Amino acid sequence: MTEEKAITEGVGRGERSLPPIRLTDAEAGAAVFAGSNSRKYNYFEPKGRRASHYEDVTVDVQPDPEKYLTQGWILGWPNGDLGYDPKWTKIKSSNWHEFRDPNEEWEKTFYINNSNSIRQIQQSIEDAKSENIFEDWSRDWLNILARHVSTWSHADHGLGMYVFMPAQRAAMSNMLNNAIAVNCMHKLRTAQDILLYNLELTEIFGEDVFDGAAHKDTWMNDPSWQGVRENVERIMNEKDWAETVFAANIVFEPLVGELFRSQFVMRFAAPNGDFLTPSIIGVSEREFNDRDLRYSKEMYRVMGADEVHGEANRELMQEWLAKWTPYSVAAAKGLEPLWSEPETKPAAASFETAYERVQTRFEGILSDLELRMPQEVTA
Amino acid sequence: MARRSVTKAHKKIQELSWEPTFVEKDPKYKTDYVLNKGSQKDPMKQVMQSYFTMQEEKDHRVYGAIDGAVRGNMWRQVQPRWMEWQKLFLSIIPFPEISAARAMPLLTEAVPNPEIHNGLAFQMIDEVRHSTIQMNLKREYMKNYIDPAGFDITEKAFSNNYAGTIGRQFGEGFITGDAITACNIYLQVVAETAFTNTLFVAMPSEAAANGDYLLPTVFLSVQSDESRHMNNGYGTLLMALANDENKDLIERDLIYSLWNQHAVVDAAIGTFIEYGTKDRRKDRESYAEMWRRWYYDDYYRSYLVPLEKYGLKVPHDVIEESWDRIWNKGYVHRVAQFFATGWPVNYWRIDPMTDEDFEWFEHKYPGWYDEFGVWWEHYRSLSEPNGHKPIAFENTGYVYPHRCWSCMVPCLIREDTVMDYVDGQWRTYCHEYCHWTDTVAFRDEYKGRPTPSMGKMTGKREWETLYHGWDLADIQKDLGYVRDDGKTLVPQPHVQFDEKKMWTLDRMKGIEFQSPNVLLNQMSDEEREKHMAEYKAGFTINSSY
Repeated sequence: MTEEKAITEGVGRGERSLPPIRLTDAEAGAAVFAGSNSRKYNYFEPKGRRASHYEDVTVDVQPDPEKYLTQGWILGWPNGDLGYDPKWTKIKSSNWHEFRDPNEEWEKTFYINNSNSIRQIQQSIEDAKSENIFEDWSRDWLNILARHVSTWSHADHGLGMYVFMPAQRAAMSNMLNNAIAVNCMHKLRTAQDILLYNLELTEIFGEDVFDGAAHKDTWMNDPSWQGVRENVERIMNEKDWAETVFAANIVFEPLVGELFRSQFVMRFAAPNGDFLTPSIIGVSEREFNDRDLRYSKEMYRVMGADEVHGEANRELMQEWLAKWTPYSVAAAKGLEPLWSEPETKPAAASFETAYERVQTRFEGILSDLELRMPQEVTA
Repeated sequence: MARRSVTKAHKKIQELSWEPTFVEKDPKYKTDYVLNKGSQKDPMKQVMQSYFTMQEEKDHRVYGAIDGAVRGNMWRQVQPRWMEWQKLFLSIIPFPEISAARAMPLLTEAVPNPEIHNGLAFQMIDEVRHSTIQMNLKREYMKNYIDPAGFDITEKAFSNNYAGTIGRQFGEGFITGDAITACNIYLQVVAETAFTNTLFVAMPSEAAANGDYLLPTVFLSVQSDESRHMNNGYGTLLMALANDENKDLIERDLIYSLWNQHAVVDAAIGTFIEYGTKDRRKDRESYAEMWRRWYYDDYYRSYLVPLEKYGLKVPHDVIEESWDRIWNKGYVHRVAQFFATGWPVNYWRIDPMTDEDFEWFEHKYPGWYDEFGVWWEHYRSLSEPNGHKPIAFENTGYVYPHRCWSCMVPCLIREDTVMDYVDGQWRTYCHEYCHWTDTVAFRDEYKGRPTPSMGKMTGKREWETLYHGWDLADIQKDLGYVRDDGKTLVPQPHVQFDEKKMWTLDRMKGIEFQSPNVLLNQMSDEEREKHMAEYKAGFTINSSY
């Protein structure tokens, strides 16, 4: 075999120093010795028979003095709190590492999932534009889109930026923080989805027909929305991370978010000629149902089932329900005037019916968590 | 999304923020800085709708390369010497990454600027990406590299190893204490703007030279996100600079951050690049040359110094002293020597240096052989078990070092060591700046000004105290650094894969491990002074042991 020469002469590149490729045969199985076949992370117990890809890349990435961290946290807070401090929530756990996200979200999946959501929304808008379906939309519905549907973006933004983002800092294991961080991005992306949809509608209809800025005044001043805003702002101001996620995902979203998205927007749009908005708001509804509520229920189920602290944790969650449900009931009931605004209404579209539906759903969620329904909901 | 529409979209999403009226914000994360509502913009105009699809595309490329590496069996050509150090590097680095994600709400609470908050949200999820994409890279190595032991215990070993702790402060520094100190100056202005260049640009080129093109694929993809984070940091820094009250605090935080990260990051990356490589082409850059380019020219001279016109007090002496340690005082070489000394309590293998390595070091660092050559010859001859003890317990003349209380890298430049009685015990520091960090910077006041938000040093800062008086074999069992046959050690002072040449627990029995700090505190005043004078005078390696 003749020695191959680098191709340098013809192109005039001259001498170059390149790192040589040397075959080392340092591949799996090239030699057998103690430990040469130990090819899985062996420092945690997988939930199933084998560790999932999600578990491999998220479990124990945040260390813990309870588990291996022999020197403890080496930097702390002026008041003596640790880097991640169990005092930051009233919930107690005998194993903060037990929780696994049933959605198994990690880096690769959340980029794929969010990109798919974005593509679905953009495709729906493009299809609608190519068919010019907007001619069929009633003027009063446009006004509702500008004033109310767009206003929901503030709730998503507030929860994403000032509730879920701090909660992903404070929670006690990487699996908890990871799931909450993904939730944070759902909210922030949805908030922007809604406002960019607002921008599309402003361009399609013109500012004199579609007031793209009306949502700001509605959010700050419209009496129908002040309960929602108060609820969001109060959650934003709480510090207990487990309480804020509970208040947002177990109480606020089922009672207020689903009431607005599923019972109002997704039902009232079509009779007003609008088949597009439900497909946009439906993306965030699906994300809440399929993903954010799912991980939240598992998170609080684990806390409620803790063999040492479970009963006390369920009582604590009951106290949180007593604290947060009145705000969400007030927020939900405050939205009642919206049901009268559209001129065209679907059959069986009363606010009472809508509220009954979310009430039943809320009851189901609480029942799954072995919690008692607060009387404010049915009152 | 077209650029013009991104501009429009970005402008539109500014409508999302509002001033709460039902509550008065009581921040959980506090700062001693004074920041006025500023009009700093996000010139990158980030919106979720373009971000996610762009990142998805970047992922496709990374995971495509991983598939290519698996199919093409990249591990036939990777250098074990290099891959072994990845057991340490890839167990450390996901934690600083995930800590950076967790750090973002410190700034959303401290910085009164919603446009910057938007940028921070992207940074948060970028950092989650970095952490898990790096965990995934390590998983690929574990599955495909000849020796998975060490990768398989990765997060446990990171948490109980002395080197993991040194690296961990890099992440813990982002998430504790004063919000601006931690998340803006320490993380964004110094870690991301200065040190990711050596971490994520210089290091990948060395990986490629050692037959590993997966690390460059992953880390250059990571580095492509860093410009977003530098941008966030710059905006917040300008807001801080706008207020004269902050000038002293910025100076304090720059000294702490620049020095600490020099001590920690240069120790780690310098060692990986200089002692983890098999590429000894004379014209390839040494770590010192890379540092000069990426850190000194690109960061210090091009980014930091121009900020002086806004009133930034750049601690030039800290930068020059860092260079002096790297170039004149052999900092990286002393760290590598210490790592190799400590091989029995690591969880990776450290390859002896060869004559070819010696020639390269002498070429790049004239005088290297006189200082370090003989000791590495001892290391090489003691690498295979042959009736002797590990090198740390043989009489080579090397004196096991004291640990620096602040940066936790040992006091390796002996003459610079500082000893002081602080908070009720004798402590040692590797340099006057580390002494200052503990005794001045991390305190309740700075230059007479109360600093109630400043973080605190805590924990068991000297790893050796955990095992003072233990039998070495028991330490290794306690750490879990034993292979699955129950006797062969995970760490080895070589990269030979012949089981007969591997060290086992029974060779470690009867060796007592001691903590220099415990011993120091047990000494009389007179003994301590004498001991420290001798320590600072240095040691001489025996020509034979």
